[in-house]
Amino acid sequence: MTQPVITVEGLGLRFGDRELLRDLTFEIQRGEFLAVLGPNGAGKTSLLRILLGQLESSSGRVVLDRSRIGYVPQQRVFDRDLPLRGRDLVRFGLDGNRWGVGRLSASDRRRIDDVIASVGAAALADAPLGLLSGGEQQRLRVAQALVSDPSVLLADEPLLSLDLAYQQVIVRLLDERRRSAGTPVVFVTHDVNPILDVVDRVLYLGPDGWAIGSVDDVLNTETLSRLYGIDVDVLRVRGRVVVVGTPDAEHVHHVH
Amino acid sequence: MFTTLLGEHFVHTALLAGAVVAIVSGAIGVFVVMRGLSFAVHAISELGFTGATGALVIGLNPVAGMIGGSLAIGATLGVLSLRGRERDSAIGAVLAFGLGLGVLFLSLYQGYATAATNILFGSIVGVDDAQLGVLAAVAALVLIALAVLYRPLYFAAIDPEVAAARRVPVRMLSVAIFLLVALTTAEAIQVVGVLLVLTLVITPAAAAQRLTVRPGLTLLLSIGIALVSTEGGILLSLAKAWPTSFFISSISFAFYVAARIASYARSRG
Repeated sequence: MTQPVITVEGLGLRFGDRELLRDLTFEIQRGEFLAVLGPNGAGKTSLLRILLGQLESSSGRVVLDRSRIGYVPQQRVFDRDLPLRGRDLVRFGLDGNRWGVGRLSASDRRRIDDVIASVGAAALADAPLGLLSGGEQQRLRVAQALVSDPSVLLADEPLLSLDLAYQQVIVRLLDERRRSAGTPVVFVTHDVNPILDVVDRVLYLGPDGWAIGSVDDVLNTETLSRLYGIDVDVLRVRGRVVVVGTPDAEHVHHVH
Repeated sequence: MFTTLLGEHFVHTALLAGAVVAIVSGAIGVFVVMRGLSFAVHAISELGFTGATGALVIGLNPVAGMIGGSLAIGATLGVLSLRGRERDSAIGAVLAFGLGLGVLFLSLYQGYATAATNILFGSIVGVDDAQLGVLAAVAALVLIALAVLYRPLYFAAIDPEVAAARRVPVRMLSVAIFLLVALTTAEAIQVVGVLLVLTLVITPAAAAQRLTVRPGLTLLLSIGIALVSTEGGILLSLAKAWPTSFFISSISFAFYVAARIASYARSRG
């Protein structure tokens, strides 16, 4: 067995007397695509922030090389009058962390253009960032994460406000990256269906515990009923996963 | 009269000092506007007034007191790294108390009232060679720091979450930008005075941002507008004996209004 890229051991997180994560333990291997699912407030984003090193866990430990993390944060729309172009946002991924004013070489410029084209945003590259739609900004954020040649990709609801066609573009790009460069992908989402074909394992954070395994191992009536502590039904409708009966209706794996 | 004045040494010194301060103010202004720190700049500037009057009372150099006051509040705001509404109200509270202190110091100060007036409204023509040297040295320091921090500073200002994930020292940069703003403010006070600092640190950058979305060009335009406003203002005040600060703020405001009209016209296609 090769060295895992991310090791999470006995991770616990509590805010006051509210326990979000308890004894969470798993490993992520090179090239793996892991979906993190669960209702709102179950700790999906907190887990990402712990992986990023921006949040201290209450117990346990995380081992991961944080020097080249590609991060797609949960969508936050930019101010309308921000003096920045789409390509400037993407460029941050390439050299935003280096000191000095810096000049782009011709090959850097090409690399930025290529990655922008790969998310279908070539026409948006020179437009003011603040005037782009949420979905357009989101695609540029994915480009920003990819251009940094990441050793790990962490994405928080990266498909939010994307239409079906662009959801597929983004999923295909992340899938390509982990296959060609072995970059593991940790993909936080409320809806597993757009990534059903590419996901290796699912980490489900429920109100009554967590489970990790293949889609079929985790997303079934028995497991989710245990994680919710109530009867939940998991159905397969035309190849899609539909969860019925969770108290948090919003998190249902929608059939779009 | 105007042409005779143009030959005077003190006028040359004033023009040079104005240029130095305009360049550094225009440059830092871009980051101030991007981070939404206009109100913080105003507070830093007014606390400079408190520092200056405090120094006068105990018989110290008012410029040293001003720099001390600005740096103290700048460092405090940077370390606290407050956000949004909380930052807004905290600055308001500190600013009001600082001004109260300033009023007390002013009433305790028995000396020549011009010293205080100069701090409030600026005294560019009063700058001597030694002061010009200090202005230039501080400006060089700020510009070098901005050049070194440039890329991470931009990244952290626009996208702090992702910048932190890429191991940009976001918190350190927040303290650094406040200290640089404090130094710049102390510079600008000597040209336009406490009450008009925003005319050099905010207005040119705000105008530049209306004209372009290219980061490099925004910086150059901001510096350019600050330069034209300052030098133009000094020259106009030689021709007509109204306060220099009035002319400087009028020119930079004219740029701002023109930039807004231009961007409005462009957005309507």
